[in-house]
Amino acid sequence: MYSQKKTEIFWAIVFILPAVLGFLLWNIIPIISSAVISFTEYRLIGPSIWVGWDNYRFLFVEDFLFPKVIKVTLYYSLVSVPLKLMFALFIAILLNKKIKGLAIFRTIFYLPAIVPLIAATILWIWLFNPDFGLINSFLQIFGIAKIQWIYGSKTVIPSLILMSLWDVGPLMIIFLAGLQGVPRTLYEAADIDGASNFRKFYHVTLPMITPTLLFNLVITIITTLQTFLQPYVMTEGGPNNESLLYLLYLYRTAFKDYEMGLASAQAWLIFIFIALLSYIVFKTSKYWVYYEGK
Amino acid sequence: MKENKKNHTSIFFQTNNKFTYIILISLSFFMIMPLVWLVRSSFMDMKQIFVFPPVWIPDPFTFDNYPEVFEAVPFLRYFVNTFTILIPAVIGTVISCCMGAYAFSRLRWPYRNFVFAVLMTTLMLPYAVTLIPTFLIWAKLGLVNSYWPLIIPKWFGAIFYIFLLRQFFLTIPKELDEAATIDGATPLQILWHIILPLSKPALITVAIFAALAEWNDFLGPLIYLNKDEDFTLAIGLAQFTGLYHSQWNLLMAASTLVVVPVIILFFFAQKHFIEGIALTGTKG
Repeated sequence: MYSQKKTEIFWAIVFILPAVLGFLLWNIIPIISSAVISFTEYRLIGPSIWVGWDNYRFLFVEDFLFPKVIKVTLYYSLVSVPLKLMFALFIAILLNKKIKGLAIFRTIFYLPAIVPLIAATILWIWLFNPDFGLINSFLQIFGIAKIQWIYGSKTVIPSLILMSLWDVGPLMIIFLAGLQGVPRTLYEAADIDGASNFRKFYHVTLPMITPTLLFNLVITIITTLQTFLQPYVMTEGGPNNESLLYLLYLYRTAFKDYEMGLASAQAWLIFIFIALLSYIVFKTSKYWVYYEGK
Repeated sequence: MKENKKNHTSIFFQTNNKFTYIILISLSFFMIMPLVWLVRSSFMDMKQIFVFPPVWIPDPFTFDNYPEVFEAVPFLRYFVNTFTILIPAVIGTVISCCMGAYAFSRLRWPYRNFVFAVLMTTLMLPYAVTLIPTFLIWAKLGLVNSYWPLIIPKWFGAIFYIFLLRQFFLTIPKELDEAATIDGATPLQILWHIILPLSKPALITVAIFAALAEWNDFLGPLIYLNKDEDFTLAIGLAQFTGLYHSQWNLLMAASTLVVVPVIILFFFAQKHFIEGIALTGTKG
């Protein structure tokens, strides 16, 4: 028995070796190095010079673009995240009814998420085309004048948000799984009490799916704050830097200007921001997430 | 009164709710129309595409855009390059994740759940923070402009897939392992002969997700590959967009070529997509 325990531990070590090594090599070591590099000036070629807090000071004091990058990223994320979650939940609720053709609808709503993001982005540039795009010609039917979409400094972020609503498929599927886990007896009980549909949603459905909501919320915050491809391909951050999202700015600093130190400082700032935000979400979750049996 | 209540019952489960269908169908249009527009544009010539108001059905249908795309960009080469990365990356992902998932679900060893929890935290780690040092490591090794930086990390397990497989492995009866252990089988033999054959659906799900991740990967190839001839489909397509920025018929044909294989895969393996995604939201 003792030796069997030993063999089990031996094999466990063998089996987790890749994952643990990977954790150290691609996570822990890079995180620490990135912190160290953020205190240096390092341009890939040549020596790295220790500059203390200079990179951080530059971002907060001298860099006139950085406040704008933060503003634009927050604007995009603060609107996109709740809209995506609400939209996904809305579709999931509709699909959770006993409807015919559930499989077809589910496929349709999931389909955009399957489209490779690069292809989707190119397609949306074309959809947003002010003169010949699908969206403006559709709006024209209702007599709405041409909108500049991604080419207008006021409309570029709303355009990216609209596009982000297109691939809510995975969120919707996760919500649907959560909704299907709500015991029907709860609704029956609510019916006996004569609860309205709104009250049923607010007092039964919503509390029961808060664990799912928490999961989706955290995932969506993290991915949305790190949106890169869409502005990189669609707008190059323009017009007038109105779509210069954080990761695009970081990418440019690192791989166009080769300011590895400065870019690492930017990386650490968003890392801290996301960590703090997740911490706050999890800490406050005990006030709004309902776990059955607790 | 009773009748009334029953009617009042559940907008939540009602079978024939016209209102629901109307909303669902209009939202479906929002989802589908862009894709119809994509395909429709790929079958038009330059003249048709810039007609206002736009037409939905190409007249005449032209297939010329597709051969032209292959002439304009080395699409076949990008296709081969993509698979050169994708195949070893997916194999590595599946092997390393199976190993990890097995150790975390069926072997007993000290600190197991603690180690798992620590690895799980990386799910929330923003990729931004590891991007630069990882690049610098590969640059130091002189492997930028090769496929190694895009393949090797995939052999070190991805905790998301380990989690998915672990969830699945946990559903296999423990007695099977115990019986095999009594017969003298090693954990490796148990994994290979018992667990894996029973886990085919989960393995396929992970392989599909991993393959799609490679097919769609943009930032990786963008950072590590600088030579045209090394490009993958994703960055090749982006570069093509820069060069042919107003030839929407060609761009749509090229995009369609990148989309179609994925859609075909989706329709053959839809169950795996939906179940895999749904599983993500459940706690272990």
